[in-house]
Amino acid sequence: MTKNPYQPMLATVIAIKEEVGGNRAIKTFKLEFQDEKVKENFNFLPGQTIMISLFGIGESMFAISSSPTEKRYIEVSVMKLGKVTNALHEMSVGDTVGARGPYGNHFDIEGWKKKNLLFIGGGIGQAPLRSLLNYCLDNRNEYDNLEVIYGARTSEDICFKEKFDEMQKQQDVDVHLSIDVQEEGWNHFVGFVPANLQRLNPSPENTIAITCGPPIMIKFVIQNLLELGFKENQIYTTLEMRMKCGIGICGRCNIGNVYVCKDGPVFSYDQLKDLEGDM
Amino acid sequence: MENLVLSKEKLPEMLTEIASKYALFGPIEENGFTSFKHINNSQEINLDYLLTRISPKSLIFQQTETLFTFNKGKEVKVNTPKTDEAKRVIFGIRPCDARGYSILDPVFEGKKEGDYKDPFYTKKRNRSTLIGLSCNKPDLNCFCTSFDDSPASAKNVDILFTDIGEKYFVDIVTEKGKELIENLSKLFSKASEENREVREKVEQDAINAITRHMNTEGVVKKLDKMFNHDLWQKTAMRCVGCGICTFLCPTCHCFDMQDEAILKEGARIRVWDSCMYPEYTMHASGHNPRPARMNRVRNRIYHKFSYFPKNDKIFACTGCGRCIDYCPVNIDIIDIIAKVKEAKT
Ligand SMILES: Cc1cc2nc3c(=O)[nH]c(=O)nc-3n(C[C@H](O)[C@H](O)[C@H](O)COP(=O)(O)OP(=O)(O)OC[C@H]3O[C@@H](n4cnc5c(N)ncnc54)[C@H](O)[C@@H]3O)c2cc1C
Ligand code: SF4
Ligand code: SF4
Ligand code: FES
Repeated sequence: MTKNPYQPMLATVIAIKEEVGGNRAIKTFKLEFQDEKVKENFNFLPGQTIMISLFGIGESMFAISSSPTEKRYIEVSVMKLGKVTNALHEMSVGDTVGARGPYGNHFDIEGWKKKNLLFIGGGIGQAPLRSLLNYCLDNRNEYDNLEVIYGARTSEDICFKEKFDEMQKQQDVDVHLSIDVQEEGWNHFVGFVPANLQRLNPSPENTIAITCGPPIMIKFVIQNLLELGFKENQIYTTLEMRMKCGIGICGRCNIGNVYVCKDGPVFSYDQLKDLEGDM
Repeated sequence: MENLVLSKEKLPEMLTEIASKYALFGPIEENGFTSFKHINNSQEINLDYLLTRISPKSLIFQQTETLFTFNKGKEVKVNTPKTDEAKRVIFGIRPCDARGYSILDPVFEGKKEGDYKDPFYTKKRNRSTLIGLSCNKPDLNCFCTSFDDSPASAKNVDILFTDIGEKYFVDIVTEKGKELIENLSKLFSKASEENREVREKVEQDAINAITRHMNTEGVVKKLDKMFNHDLWQKTAMRCVGCGICTFLCPTCHCFDMQDEAILKEGARIRVWDSCMYPEYTMHASGHNPRPARMNRVRNRIYHKFSYFPKNDKIFACTGCGRCIDYCPVNIDIIDIIAKVKEAKT
């Protein structure tokens, strides 16, 4: 039998970090492939995704949230929502999951060298951005200004909070956080992400803006970026559709004639603006 | 192309010979309708059928298929199931259904470097030899001729049988077909010029018997301007969302993957799915990109007449007419495309 693309490789959960608690809980799972060769050779680029299997339960697609500069393991950051994600949140260190991938296209880490990168994330949407951001931090000299605009519903919902604090202290990344409604002791912006973007008024000069979050946020962020003078090919986003095969066969994830699993998930607004489809 | 004839009384012997060396599949009548099944005895075959209700895509792209099995105890193990290695002969497939395979090939076999291949489909497809059977009497809703095809088209089969009365006229189309016939040559004789003339006449009569036509000229470009047209809403008002149009269609290929497991072991199974169901695209967050029936009706038509032509340079319709025959509310794909052609944009 030629290689069975549906059969996952096995990976062990080697660490679990609780990022966000409560009913929109997010955990980051550090996974190590069990096969020594796969562990050594597994390669991916920021933006790519991986299909995680829980045997007897099902599969779900996630952005790889660690950077390819981190070797011998990968991370996925998962919001608890349904069947697979709930079961994943029940897992303990030492448990086995299945993983197949990496799938899809990636951020243009080569083409964006010597440019300013503006990351605009909301909620769990920061997961794919985290991979790119960590990659840039590990290759700091290759990129100019790095700036992060990130928002969540409440301060409790902020994902990767410690990393943001650390980056702010090191001062080589500008971080602008926001929450939707005022809380006691919060001294950053209050309001939605698109509003924070407008307020900060970043310059489009030699800049690439990458945004990821809920569909409605993406929509208004793009609108505001265009108003700020960003060109269509300076704006990138990642899209999400329900997926099964992840490899362009099962027909589930199409937006128009584009299959998000293999033609995406990363798209420039230049590509998206003429794409007519249900999303 | 080599041409032979086979007298009808020799058909059982031919099928018995084939069944002794190959896994033989053909149309069998059961519970009042025909479908393609494994055949042990040539008597079972029913050649009076025109189209099986379920298209023979099910022989290559199975309705359910185990993708792998797993043990989920302390030490997890995954295994790809052993596939059935037997060479197959699919006998009596209609030209339009054979064309269905050709439309599905780029989806499952990949089209360019780096595309994934589905080994389950590819393997069954590669080890199948297709013996087509021309249609002498097309049905009310047949329209294969709208796709540059014919009721006696040999384009997508290895061998084509055409009923010319006492005999079958036999077109040997491919090397694979030649190989199959080689061992059976004693049953066949050379076709005469007269046999050929009858075959041509049968084909021409069948073409003339087709009354319905779909005009697809310019449809891809037209659809580019019709995404927000009210045709979709109007069509969707009648649709009950049963999904039968997609299950029976020889070119629909969407599937779901589900786990079936008992305590320690289980399997991941793929099953046919349908884009006509709301759950199909429902995100776990509750967001649904195709929430209304309108979105789903539109997606079905666009997939066949816009996305497929754009991605694979072919319309994903064979003109078999199944979706017209079996839609409980008489939604008619020929009609829809006619309305697309007429629509003002
Ligand atoms: C390219 C891509 C990248 C992604 N990256 C990430 C990522 O990095 N991190 C991340 O957390 N997620 C990510 N997702 C989303 C993730 O794949 C889904 O959240 C996950 O598949 C949900 O699976 P589940 O089994 O938990 O939900 P399921 O139980 O499978 O949901 C099945 C269906 O049940 C219903 N359902 C179940 N729960 C709910 C609910 N709470 N509300 C409404 N309906 C519900 C819905 O109809 C849903 O479609 C990504 C998705 C894609 C396509
Ligand atoms: S769309 Fe209808 S007529 Fe066309 S191939 Fe499918 S079932 Fe047959
Ligand atoms: S068969 Fe008819 S009613 Fe059923 S989903 Fe298809 S178009 Fe709708
Ligand atoms: S998930 Fe199957 S085609 Fe994209």
